[in-house]
Amino acid sequence: MVAPPPSLATIAWVFMLIGMQSFGGGLSAWMRLEAVQRRHWMSEQQFASGMALCQIAPGPNSVNLSVFIGTTLRGRLGALAALLGMLIVPVVVVLVMGGLFARVQGVAAVNSAMVGLGAGAIGMNLAMGVRMTRANIGGKISAAVALVVAVSIGLVGLPLLPVLLVMLPVSLLLARFSK
Amino acid sequence: MVTAVLLKLAGLFATLSLLAFGSANSVIPDMQRAAVETYRWMTEREFLQLFAISRIAPGPGSLVVALVGQKVAGLAGAAVATLAMFGPSCLLVHLAAGLWHRTRNASWRARVERGLGPVAVGLIFASGLALMRGTEHGAAAIWLTLAATAVLAWTEWHPLLVLAAAGLAGWGLGL
Repeated sequence: MVAPPPSLATIAWVFMLIGMQSFGGGLSAWMRLEAVQRRHWMSEQQFASGMALCQIAPGPNSVNLSVFIGTTLRGRLGALAALLGMLIVPVVVVLVMGGLFARVQGVAAVNSAMVGLGAGAIGMNLAMGVRMTRANIGGKISAAVALVVAVSIGLVGLPLLPVLLVMLPVSLLLARFSK
Repeated sequence: MVTAVLLKLAGLFATLSLLAFGSANSVIPDMQRAAVETYRWMTEREFLQLFAISRIAPGPGSLVVALVGQKVAGLAGAAVATLAMFGPSCLLVHLAAGLWHRTRNASWRARVERGLGPVAVGLIFASGLALMRGTEHGAAAIWLTLAATAVLAWTEWHPLLVLAAAGLAGWGLGL
């Protein structure tokens, strides 16, 4: 059950709401709720395959997903409406917060709180890794691939590109022979 | 001078855009190195602060690029960094979306997804580890990070609640 494609204004408006609701991440979940569940713009299967594509493609997943949905609904202009709609409010808010922060920087209490906040924010990344492990790490081989990538970039400090050039083919090859 | 900085921002983030495999978090280590070591735009501590701000603001966490641009070259810097970060990858996804629908039943698709998963997981952990390596991140901050990780990974607490608690803890401990 898929509804007729919405107007560009509707796409921009819905994605603006999604952008505003997404405090602390979770953009993809909001997009699924609106595009599939509430508005029937696409089927569950269409959405899932789009998510997979956006994970394979470079770039921020949630931003990619907005482009994918927009493209599916109304081509080039639909993609622009979804992308700009989703980013407009967060961009303004983040820049205002950055500007405000620059003014109170140097106050010892603020700096301490920001270090704590940073520590918590790093925890968000690590926790996302833990949660992704359940679906993406199936055995010792895939765990070893993830470990090599994490250590070589995160601890040894190797740059991303050479690591990917080696580990992507290795991982794809291993996935071909496992299971 | 200003143009030179904007060109550096554009070059850096357009490159990172196409390398941001899995999520924008995967290029955080490279972004940090470029901003702190290569171009000396800010200290490690300042980079972590911008990262934290991007995490409490709404929208994708990748908007940290707007903050880096703003810090380096004001509003123009923010605009250039944001466009450079999102432009190339969005164009690619737009072009791929059509192709994707045509190949949705191909057998290689599941294998590709299975091979990409572990690399994406490794990259996420790498981003956390790279940020923790910062010189400002002492033992107390590391424990705070581990505690936040545990709560966020194994409970359904709202992330903002956890971040607020971490900020309060940082203030209380005088980190």
